[in-house]
Amino acid sequence: MNANVISLDGLKVASRDDLTKAIESKGCESSSCGSSDAPEDMDPSTWQKVKDHPCYSEEAHHYFARMHVAVAPACNIQCNYCNRKYDCANESRPGVVSERLTPDQAARKVIAVANEIPQLSVLGIAGPGDSAYDWRKTKETFKQVQAQLPDIKLCLSTNGLALPDHVDELLDMNIDHVTLTINMIDPEIGTKIYPWIFWEKKRRTGLEAAQILHERQMQSLDMLHERGILVKVNSVMIPGINDEHLLEVNREVKKRGAFLHNIMPLISAPEHGTVFGLEGQRGPTAAELKKLQDACAGGANLMKHCRQCRADAVGLLGEDRGQEFTMDLVPEEVTYDPSKREAYRDWVAEERGERRAAAETAKAETQAAVNPDAEAMLIAVATKGGGRINQHFGHATEFQIFEVDNDGVRFVTHRRCDNYCVGGYGEEDKLELVIKTLEGISTILCAKIGDCPREDLEKAGIEAIQDYAYEYIETAVSAVYRARNGLPAEEAEIA
Amino acid sequence: MALKIVVENCTVCGACEFECPNAAIRFESDTYIIDPSLCTECEGHADNPQCAEVCPVPETCVAA
Repeated sequence: MNANVISLDGLKVASRDDLTKAIESKGCESSSCGSSDAPEDMDPSTWQKVKDHPCYSEEAHHYFARMHVAVAPACNIQCNYCNRKYDCANESRPGVVSERLTPDQAARKVIAVANEIPQLSVLGIAGPGDSAYDWRKTKETFKQVQAQLPDIKLCLSTNGLALPDHVDELLDMNIDHVTLTINMIDPEIGTKIYPWIFWEKKRRTGLEAAQILHERQMQSLDMLHERGILVKVNSVMIPGINDEHLLEVNREVKKRGAFLHNIMPLISAPEHGTVFGLEGQRGPTAAELKKLQDACAGGANLMKHCRQCRADAVGLLGEDRGQEFTMDLVPEEVTYDPSKREAYRDWVAEERGERRAAAETAKAETQAAVNPDAEAMLIAVATKGGGRINQHFGHATEFQIFEVDNDGVRFVTHRRCDNYCVGGYGEEDKLELVIKTLEGISTILCAKIGDCPREDLEKAGIEAIQDYAYEYIETAVSAVYRARNGLPAEEAEIA
Repeated sequence: MALKIVVENCTVCGACEFECPNAAIRFESDTYIIDPSLCTECEGHADNPQCAEVCPVPETCVAA
């Protein structure tokens, strides 16, 4: 079993304290996908919808897990970044999947996962293929899962071409999250992304195809918004094709009521066998992506913690336990046991309340102690989830970056790096990679770090601090900020 | 007058089964096959055979 997840043995315990200990010792992987807004920034009905959805709420992604089932493989459009023949278990990117399931198999798998991973809160159908086009299979899967796990959130991801035909069925099934992939609002640009669509008995190409797709996507967005279904818009950033155009897309989808806009970098390589891959079309650099995201600030809420997960991913964002739940490992008959998920939810309800209170306290203390004009600071955090500093530096495959100033602590983004620690000992060149990953950041908080890497980091101008092990991220980050801004060290330590 | 599916090319997405107006396509032993006795090549239904129109892989739904 993956060492980065909460052991289910740890969750057989009933009390919150024991659960807390279980998480501190084993931890759960964290990641980021969604709005970073906390409840006070949202109207209550929206918060109710997103509070357990890791992809729609940055706060929720610390606690809750998602799973995707690939039950709807048929698609009604062709995209230049997709090759339908591609399948590799080692590839992690959208649309890639190793195992296609029938609705019956999918329902069984969901129950098996719910029994093992109490953090599970969301079931998504996200390809390969289009969930709204291959609707019979999507609907059958949702029906079966809903009958057995009524409290699981259902969501789907679609290109929007077929969606208007099914919006009211979504409403009937209480589906209140839909992701639309919208890469353009100008059909001329669409012609460079979509070679064809299948629409009303014909394969359409060129401008006609892009025009129809665009109109249906806008219709989908409007219909969903009118019915109060939360819409996340995913856009693939393709340098030289739609990179600048995505600013206009951002404005338009915000105007039409999208809840979140997730701009993702194109993943492209010749070995993927996609049109873009074979043409040598490159993906954007991290700096180009950030520049575009920054330019979109003030538009629809930008999602900064997407991990571009596989279409059969299982687990908290940033981890994938899909390989533990392939169909050959799922029993023929599984009975849903709700007790673990219920215990976990109770724990989260209390825990996230405490975390929020701790963050408020930390903010007040910082405001009292630090000059309001003091410069903001970026701090990297090694976490396995739960909103705490609970990961060994050497086990971190990514760092969450937080910004802190007089106004509080905010999640900014995650930065991925290769697993620096392999088999219990670090490798020099991997540490180099971590140092590169942390460019521009001078402080990292982790649960533990060895002396050697700590000294090497110090030489590179990065201070690694393990004094806040298992503290809430906000509490620890605030304390470091206060310490750096003139407050006596012992007071900062108390906070 | 019928089409067939080239098994080596088929990605088993099932879009053809979905679109076939004659229910001539079924899933059997890990691939989709066209029943030639039911296939009309979509004469009278559409300009072109629907399976070939929707199939994501070129040269997969071809004349039998």
